[in-house]
Amino acid sequence: MGLSSVQPESTTVSSVSPNWVTTRLDFLTNWARSNSLWPMPFGTACCAIEYMATAASRFDIARFGMERQSFSPRQADVLICAGRLPFKLAPVIRRIWDQMPQPKWAISMGACASSGGIFDNYAMVQGIDTIIPVDVYVPGCPPRPEGLIYGIRLLQKKIMGESIDNDLLREEKLVGPTGLFLPAERVDELSEPFGNSVHQTRTS
Amino acid sequence: MTAGASSMSPSVAPLRAEFGDAIERTAVSCGDTIVYAARERAHDVLAWLKDAPGQRFNYLTDVTAVEYRDPERQLEVVYQLRSLPRRADLRVKVALDKRAPLEVRSVWDLWHGADWLEREVYDMFGVVFTGHPDLRRILMWETYSEGYPLRKEFPLRGHFSRAEQTRQALAANPEAHYSMEELSIAEAFDELPSDMRERLARGERGFLK
Repeated sequence: MGLSSVQPESTTVSSVSPNWVTTRLDFLTNWARSNSLWPMPFGTACCAIEYMATAASRFDIARFGMERQSFSPRQADVLICAGRLPFKLAPVIRRIWDQMPQPKWAISMGACASSGGIFDNYAMVQGIDTIIPVDVYVPGCPPRPEGLIYGIRLLQKKIMGESIDNDLLREEKLVGPTGLFLPAERVDELSEPFGNSVHQTRTS
Repeated sequence: MTAGASSMSPSVAPLRAEFGDAIERTAVSCGDTIVYAARERAHDVLAWLKDAPGQRFNYLTDVTAVEYRDPERQLEVVYQLRSLPRRADLRVKVALDKRAPLEVRSVWDLWHGADWLEREVYDMFGVVFTGHPDLRRILMWETYSEGYPLRKEFPLRGHFSRAEQTRQALAANPEAHYSMEELSIAEAFDELPSDMRERLARGERGFLK
């Protein structure tokens, strides 16, 4: 008895590598999704320069699975709005968002995309979350590449917490019969002036 | 002769001789000569400046407009001219009474480069350029209905609520930025006569006759 009695056959059995693993389906799906996010860049201003730096070799978001910039919304997973969004581009980003297949996420990069930034005027959307649903807001004017990468990592963390069983996550939030995807009061509330711009009234 | 007359453009004296009272006044500002032309004769003045042998202002640098905070003061349409052969500049202004319809004759027939410049002035100030071949908004979308954003009575954030602005923006068709003329040319390109195809390939625009 003892170790000396172990037959060669038994070691052969244990050295066969298993061709299956056990895991949770949610974990596997989220792991795959979060590590192969294909971004749809929607760059309109200086944030797009930082976005380009993030994608280029020094910062290299390919390290986080964003290997391929998807310039077609139909092959994209995450819309990155980098820069201010004028009202004239609102129907454009909305159409791009509608063309992206589920699952899809959106990152609002920088102060202007998130809130209108310094452009509290007649021509500018006061935060793209009045046009499309947004998952992660990256602050900064413009954010440094590290900031955007942090936002992307946050999005990956968020995706890891999702469940494929939850249909609400994959629900399309379309523009409704009111012509908006949010209630009108909500759009007004989101667009409220803040900071220095509260000193400017609507009539002056 | 006033003190500023030494830097006055040499074009002013022949302009006065040619057009008399149609040259309402002249001024020198920061070394640039400004000529105020009467609205009715403005097109003649500009045509003369472009073609007269001693003037040859063959390049239209810019067309823009100014509205002053003083509500009594007239709105001015500004033409910045440049003579490439003579290396000389001249600014011509046309004052428009704000109580009357803001109308001035287009200079598109003199300088085709005025096309988009006049469209921008129309878009931002509401000045109508009569005779312009394609007077549409250029910066704001074509169904924009809040008014003319650079006018003084226009509130910074616009007239409508943000929700209404967002609703109207989302309702706009992002592809509706081409004129019927541009679209018809694109569709009919293969059926055009060869000389017109060549002109279009060179980037020239014109009317389909």
